Amino acid sequence: MRNSSHGVFKAKYRIHGGVPVPHRKNTAGTEIARIPSPERVTLAMRQHIGAECVPVVKPGDYVTVGQKIADNSALISAPIHASVSGIVTGISEILLPNSIYTQAVTIESDGQMTLCPEVAPPKIETRGDFLAAVRESGLVGLGGAGFPTHVKLAVPPEKHVDTLIINAAECEPYITVDYRECLDHSTDVLRGVYTLLEHFDFKQIIIGVEDNKPDVFYHLIKIAESLRNKDNTVHLMKLKSRYPQGAEKMMVYAATGRKVPVGKLPADAGCLVLNVTTVSTLYRYLKTGKPLVSRSLTVDGSAVADPKNVRAPIGTPISTILDFCGGLTAEPYKLIAGGPMMGLALPGADFPTLKQSNALLAFAPGDKQVKPERACIHCGKCTRACPLSLVPAMAEEAITLKNVGTLKKIGTDICMECGCCAYVCPAGKPLVQHMRLAKETIKELT
Amino acid sequence: MGKLFTVSAPPHVRAADTTTGIMMSVLIALIPAQVAAVWIFGARTLLVTAVCVAAALLSEWLIRLLFKRTATLGDLSAVVTGVLLAFCLPPNVPLWMGAIGSVFAIVVAKQFFGGIGQNFVNPAIAGRIFLLLSFPTVLMTWALPEAQQTADAVTGATPLAIARADGNVPSLWDLFLGQHGGSYGEVCVAALLLGGAYLLFRKVISPIIPLSFIGTVAVGMFLAGGLDWHNALEQILSGGVILGAVFMATDYVTSPMYKGGKLLFGIGCGLVTVAIRAWGNMPEGVSYAILLMNILTPLIERITQPKIFGARQKTKEEAAA
Repeated sequence: MRNSSHGVFKAKYRIHGGVPVPHRKNTAGTEIARIPSPERVTLAMRQHIGAECVPVVKPGDYVTVGQKIADNSALISAPIHASVSGIVTGISEILLPNSIYTQAVTIESDGQMTLCPEVAPPKIETRGDFLAAVRESGLVGLGGAGFPTHVKLAVPPEKHVDTLIINAAECEPYITVDYRECLDHSTDVLRGVYTLLEHFDFKQIIIGVEDNKPDVFYHLIKIAESLRNKDNTVHLMKLKSRYPQGAEKMMVYAATGRKVPVGKLPADAGCLVLNVTTVSTLYRYLKTGKPLVSRSLTVDGSAVADPKNVRAPIGTPISTILDFCGGLTAEPYKLIAGGPMMGLALPGADFPTLKQSNALLAFAPGDKQVKPERACIHCGKCTRACPLSLVPAMAEEAITLKNVGTLKKIGTDICMECGCCAYVCPAGKPLVQHMRLAKETIKELT
Repeated sequence: MGKLFTVSAPPHVRAADTTTGIMMSVLIALIPAQVAAVWIFGARTLLVTAVCVAAALLSEWLIRLLFKRTATLGDLSAVVTGVLLAFCLPPNVPLWMGAIGSVFAIVVAKQFFGGIGQNFVNPAIAGRIFLLLSFPTVLMTWALPEAQQTADAVTGATPLAIARADGNVPSLWDLFLGQHGGSYGEVCVAALLLGGAYLLFRKVISPIIPLSFIGTVAVGMFLAGGLDWHNALEQILSGGVILGAVFMATDYVTSPMYKGGKLLFGIGCGLVTVAIRAWGNMPEGVSYAILLMNILTPLIERITQPKIFGARQKTKEEAAA
């Protein structure tokens, strides 16, 4: 389907369910502000899906920006690099927002942000070189999932991946960092795409953007025209703004009509899905050799004095980022790492940011959104809102009865915890919590 | 560490819909039928509704207290039950009888099974059938519309009873406006459809059950009544078909939640109604039809769960294993 013109087309396939969440893209107009070097950063050894990294530095060592400080040779893992220059002051166990303990390397910054002398553009001749370089970049999915990019790119040839999908849907409310990336670094995005084309044989390239960001289409098309390369045609797919349009399986379906089989990956449907900022970051790495050491976050919510988009070294304390945004105007009711639909509620601001942190939201008590929990009235809204047609309403009783058969029948295993069910539930049931408990119940009983 | 912030599972934002809001929408949708009832049968109908609602609320409050359970009056479901029960009663029903029906509906059909969400039959229908079996004479004596009453006749037969006796059925237009004897909330089809349109517009109900229910009755009576479309139209415009199809068969708790299930449920309700009306020894069968399909709902749910995204058909070997 190589078409000679760059074009915008409407997604042909409509996802099932989903919810019309309020967009609240308040920070869309703010360019990304670079935070001054923090006094210290804490780099968690677990900031990606896969094996925990092992520190390769010890307390007292002097490290520079981009220097590898931890790695793991396991297949699914990604190395971690120092995000500031300074002295390693400690390696200790910390608690991550998702209630997992992990080792963490703390670096006291010297304020110089001295770049590691070893940082140089990688030499790439073969596809193997390319994958090895991607691994060395420490790059993980920056959309929030944190899956190591080199693993994703290492698709076996027998999967016949013919479609590259760049995910710029950014369907979670508030978050605008991918939007800013598309506007401010559109050339990097497209050059990243063209670089991938040198190593893969994609038949079609589709950039998926929700229709509430019309300027992105205009901007990317303009750049694509200027970079025009006859064979490397990029298509822009206009998606209906409906959460969770940006979920990987939903993107694949909207773009191609293919359904990723239960328990399988997009590659099994012939697709490779990459977050838009991941692609542009990859391009910048290949050009400069500077690994993933900082990232942008949207800082917003009713309790933030000066909401804006911020670029901070990875591992910066959340409290430092909040202070940079004018601090909190009120004791927040909730502080959330990530978007309001899938983000993690934090008990305090003492956590460091991670590679996959894309937003920081603080809500004032007036924004409290709690419904009284009542009995399930069997309305079926949850199952109609579920993009995967699961039946969250039936989880609660099945958990109590330890009924594994029912838990499997309602599709517990493939629940991606997007939160649509709980969002619509008129009885105020914490359905995501039920589905998580259901997963644990299945593990426990089988 | 200072004061900790609230931690909970996502999502951290919620849509505005609540159980109470849904029940409120249903109540709003029932207002036109009540207005029509006052217009056709007089203000006493309002009193009957009030008594049924009061009895429903009082019995729900007392029984929850007695069972040491949390109060559930705030969800307004008891109000809906009271109104729906009242709407299936004759306008001349003794007030105490309406109250007894409400108490049965709430206490026996709803709270004995665990309250809202747990009852397996529609409480209002259970209450109505209880009254019908206990006080058949009163429940089958129908006041005529005030305009049609004379010094000698204040009551008369319902269109369905007339039709059964091959008498003169009111015109389709009178049936549509409710100018005939019958349960006071059931007669005015125009008002019920207005309420139904509101519920569809607010997306409180799906059109599948009402359409399949009414459609099946129409087609069924057309076939059973000797291929007479006029008769089929008379049949859907009289009795409890519209009230039942729009407001009772769509009760979330006692009807299927999946599309396919809703279709089966609606067709089932229609078929049982046709069977009773055409071949049973009663002129009306909507309540029994819904009651029977309520009981079948858990079984319908089992066979109509939609396919999970990306699930593949089992191969023969897997199905056998």
